[in-house]
Amino acid sequence: MAATVVAPQVLSTSKRGHDSSAGSLLFLAALWLSLAMAIVFLMTLVVTTAVDGAGRFDSALITEYGSKLTPDTTGLRAALLGTLWLMLTTALLAIPIGIAAAVYLEEFADNTRWYNRLVELNLQNLAAIPSVIYGMLAVGIVALVGIQRTGIILVGAVALGLLILPVIIITTREAVRAVPREIREGSLALGATPLQTTWRQVLPSAIPGIATGTIIALSRAIGEAAPLLIVGVAVTVRFDPTGIMSAFTAMPIQIFNWTSESREEFKVAAAAAIIVLLGMVLLLNGLAIFIRNKFQRRW
Amino acid sequence: MMTTAPIISVTGGDDPGPTSLAGSRRPGEMVVMLLLRVAAFVSVAVTVGIVIALVGPALNFFQQVPVSDFLFGTTWRPNFAPTEYGALPLVAGTLMTTLVGMIVAIPFGLGAAMYLSEYASPRVRRVLKPVLELLAGIPSVVYGFFALQFITPTLLRAWLGVEVGFTNALAAGIVLGVMIIPTIASLSEDAMSAVPDALRQGSLAMGANRMQTTLRVVFPAAISGIAAAIVLGISRGVGETMIVALAAGSQPNLSPDVREGMQTMTGYIANTAGGENIVGSVSYNTLFAVGLLLFMITLVINMISIVLVRRIREVY
Repeated sequence: MAATVVAPQVLSTSKRGHDSSAGSLLFLAALWLSLAMAIVFLMTLVVTTAVDGAGRFDSALITEYGSKLTPDTTGLRAALLGTLWLMLTTALLAIPIGIAAAVYLEEFADNTRWYNRLVELNLQNLAAIPSVIYGMLAVGIVALVGIQRTGIILVGAVALGLLILPVIIITTREAVRAVPREIREGSLALGATPLQTTWRQVLPSAIPGIATGTIIALSRAIGEAAPLLIVGVAVTVRFDPTGIMSAFTAMPIQIFNWTSESREEFKVAAAAAIIVLLGMVLLLNGLAIFIRNKFQRRW
Repeated sequence: MMTTAPIISVTGGDDPGPTSLAGSRRPGEMVVMLLLRVAAFVSVAVTVGIVIALVGPALNFFQQVPVSDFLFGTTWRPNFAPTEYGALPLVAGTLMTTLVGMIVAIPFGLGAAMYLSEYASPRVRRVLKPVLELLAGIPSVVYGFFALQFITPTLLRAWLGVEVGFTNALAAGIVLGVMIIPTIASLSEDAMSAVPDALRQGSLAMGANRMQTTLRVVFPAAISGIAAAIVLGISRGVGETMIVALAAGSQPNLSPDVREGMQTMTGYIANTAGGENIVGSVSYNTLFAVGLLLFMITLVINMISIVLVRRIREVY
């Protein structure tokens, strides 16, 4: 770690030498272009979408239900509340399991055992499985349990929770691994059991890292439409969700449906909804970065 | 806080001095350990669950449609009689959109990674990395909307003058590529940052400039990590759903012309799942057969990526 931080300074002293040949400069320009392209793309996306949706930044967008009959005043009420319920349920499902699994794998698992190695390999693979597949898994689980309607908050949360579980486990493990051994050894030397050490020393020290990773995982989940499509979320929902067994719609699904409509008013509403969704994603990411910078300790 | 907690446990503990870490046996802790262990194996259960959830309905499907017809048939017409279930057009659609995506993502992703790893000062890196992360955080349905509303009508038709359909594989692929850039950039940057500085210093001492050092020393040394990043990017592209569902089209198409609309495996799943599917019906089983094919393809790709990552760990 220390070596890579030092490197650019060491290297930059040699810059004046022969780094200014035409080929080198062209190469550097190409590298710059790669990054610039990404930034320009991001800005174009946000600006053109904001312009598209400019006509619909009104209160009806937030307070009205989605409507096929009155496209001018169609709104996000059900989608916003649905996303809120969905995210809370997802977090409650995924975070405890994710942290428990990460703590076991990092602090207690014997890595020479084949079954623990299997868990590792499995996690790496799960993190890269397409999100639609998780929707199919949730439908399968629900069919097994015997719930008839699948387009409910609980089923959506199972799909999203399992989807972000590998991300939460992987980031929590990194946070736990970053806690120096001395803290554990100090605690053990004073007579604490390994579990007490984990609960009272390691986890509190790792909380900023865990929180950052978890929030970023949730910001992924909030924009996921594919698993919810498979679960079969209703197209038009004109009521507030009342509990985890309630039918619902969510922000990304509402955007997908409006984008698929042919009438122009719905495209405008979709653009406005995208800005709202991007705002939520940005808020979550900002929160994660804030926690990382404010609370994360470096040993 | 840090000192009080262990003291309480010392006075409260009945075991005077455990010599090994596993020495103290407390029934409550055994239960907690068991719970932790169960949580860790939930992830294995998820994989098993995916296989069971997919294989069950897929087996029903293959009782009606021979596996060879499904894998090698060239016509995908599940909704109209006479129905045909040749998945090749869907696989071809996935291949074409992913190919376009990789043509965009590999050069730009590697360029960004090389800049961040070899040229950027720590301060510049601190600013630019979150921007890339933000690009990774944009919901894919938003990318799909952007492909439909901007890339196709404005960038491709108006600015570049390409004759493309309303939905087409080109626009979907381009946006897919941009979505994959952060994956490739951040993993390749990790791989290149892991190359020991001694190699760079040796190269510079021999009179190479930074471009030569980057391309001829750092890049080859990090190649397995970079390959893993690219393979993982391909896996992302194959599995991405909302972009292709919105922007690539819904007509199965074996043509190699990316200006045409194409349905991908994920696109078929998304378009079909939107409608009514009664559990056990043929369309429901078809959905899971395509899902199983998709799962198998991404599984193979992911395993290649994991093996490649293992190789860099062994070197450094």
